[in-house]
Amino acid sequence: MTTTETTAIAAPFKHRSVGQAFWFRFRHNRRAMIALGFIILEILAAVFAPVVAPYPPDKIHYEALWSLPTKDHWMGTDDLGRDVLSRIIYGGRVSISVGVLAQTMQVLIGLPIGAIAGLLGGWIDYAFMRLIDILSSVPSLLLYLLMMLVLPRGFGSIIIALSVTGWIGIARLVRGQVLSLKATDYVRAARGMGANTRHIIVAHLLRNTLSPVMVSVTLGIPGAMMAEAGLSFLGIGISPPMSSWGQMIGLYQAYIQTSWHLTVFPALVLSVTMLAWFTLGDGLRDAFDPSIQV
Amino acid sequence: MFRFIIMRFGGLIGVLLAVSILTFFLMHAVPGGPFDAMTASTAQMIPLELVRDLEVKYGLDKPLWTQYWLFLRAALRGDFGYSFYASGRTVTELVQQHWPYSIHVGLLTLAFSSVVGLALGIVAAMNPGRWPDYFGTGVSLFCMTVPSFVFAKLMQYIFSVRLGLLPTSGWEGWAEPKYWILPVLSNSLGPVLTLQRYTRSAIADVMRANYVRTARAKGLGEAKVTLIHIFKNALTPVVTVAGPMTASLITGSIFIESIFRIPGLGWYTNVSISRRDYPLILASTLLWTALISVTYFVTDIIYALLDPRVAYMKER
Repeated sequence: MTTTETTAIAAPFKHRSVGQAFWFRFRHNRRAMIALGFIILEILAAVFAPVVAPYPPDKIHYEALWSLPTKDHWMGTDDLGRDVLSRIIYGGRVSISVGVLAQTMQVLIGLPIGAIAGLLGGWIDYAFMRLIDILSSVPSLLLYLLMMLVLPRGFGSIIIALSVTGWIGIARLVRGQVLSLKATDYVRAARGMGANTRHIIVAHLLRNTLSPVMVSVTLGIPGAMMAEAGLSFLGIGISPPMSSWGQMIGLYQAYIQTSWHLTVFPALVLSVTMLAWFTLGDGLRDAFDPSIQV
Repeated sequence: MFRFIIMRFGGLIGVLLAVSILTFFLMHAVPGGPFDAMTASTAQMIPLELVRDLEVKYGLDKPLWTQYWLFLRAALRGDFGYSFYASGRTVTELVQQHWPYSIHVGLLTLAFSSVVGLALGIVAAMNPGRWPDYFGTGVSLFCMTVPSFVFAKLMQYIFSVRLGLLPTSGWEGWAEPKYWILPVLSNSLGPVLTLQRYTRSAIADVMRANYVRTARAKGLGEAKVTLIHIFKNALTPVVTVAGPMTASLITGSIFIESIFRIPGLGWYTNVSISRRDYPLILASTLLWTALISVTYFVTDIIYALLDPRVAYMKER
């Protein structure tokens, strides 16, 4: 505490820790900050949906069936007279939580597998790599379709289906990181100075794997959201009365001639959300990269 | 090299076997048999004895492992049995009927996205930090963030519904190119993204290489440097993404084929899954997997031949 204060006063050059340097670079990336702001707003809107949404999502407005956008219903109403804006806000709960939960599952499976394969090597590594070869050679959409038929319809099944192959990317990433870090000079130096294996794993290998994993998670969340939207679009993802953006696009795609608002608004929200997450992921990647100067 | 090819080939066979086992048992884990849908949907209920007879006919009364073994033996001879749904028709026949549509769309998509993706990537890499670079990055960002089915629906709305320029959906083969435009355009988002990014980073890497500077320093013309030194070296890795991309394109996209009502293999597989047409699902899964794995296999070998630095021999 005192040392940082004294250096701040004494030295004209500010010393920044890795975390501070990361935050400095990230804060000065305007696009990433806007994306982060948008995502936070969207999450807040989803969490406080009952307060934010103008109407309850299932409230039927008999006086306004199939209504185009009006002053009362900013994004119009659907076939049952339900407010589209409210349904999009509530649908955000499903879309965002599928993305976050599926990604969490994938990290929980992929991180240990990648770390174990990379650390131990030998036949364990070989076995995991062949398993990954097999799983990654089946087209993932086909596997999702089959999984969704096997599992009961619902929220949990989507997360399971997305996690069956989703962990592969993270496992590969962590394994590669661990393998290359194991060969670095500072790990060899640590070992030479007598650091025990646990210290090397925790302080050197895992800590240095953290930033690529964080970038991969940030980019994986929109990936999972897109997969959920795709499945719901095909009619085998989220089932009514729950709504998700992909489901709304799929459900009303036949009415695009007359009621374009039912398809176009969820499509726009989905696309802008994807854009925000990908921009945030790119921003994180740049901020973690010390070779990029601000 | 020979040892590497043998090892990779063994791996290929292993993957195909494993995928066939995986799909076979996953499919049979799906609740409900193939004849349940029939009895439930048609007004006249099929008597249970008849269902039993049908199950015996298709070998569904045997234990799963025996069924798998019988399937595998027949499949090696190219016989995938009869479809459960389209009665009297073999799976091979049905695949032959629907696949050409997917190949057609896939090849057109490949041609279109190669031109667009390569052009955008090259132009972006040659003008770093200027507007072609931002334009290329913008297009690839668009391709990444807008799901193909969303894009397809929006295009349908704008060009078919609003402007009435193009047909909403349908397929009239080679004779009617106006039916191609929207499906091919929507199908190209993914490939354009991949090709643009690969090309841009490959060329940007090569442009910084010492031999390019040497070539310029010894007074070689800009055209020669670009064509011989930059493109030839940069596009080799790009060719290797093209293989697996082609494989996945010609097997058809479920989304595009469903939205534009193209009777291709992607659409038919999706329909077959909801009809629980086991033999057809198995055959198309294996077809997709085999095509993709074989192209990876071939790509690896080509890559090893093209790039002497790739030392595959040391790998196990």
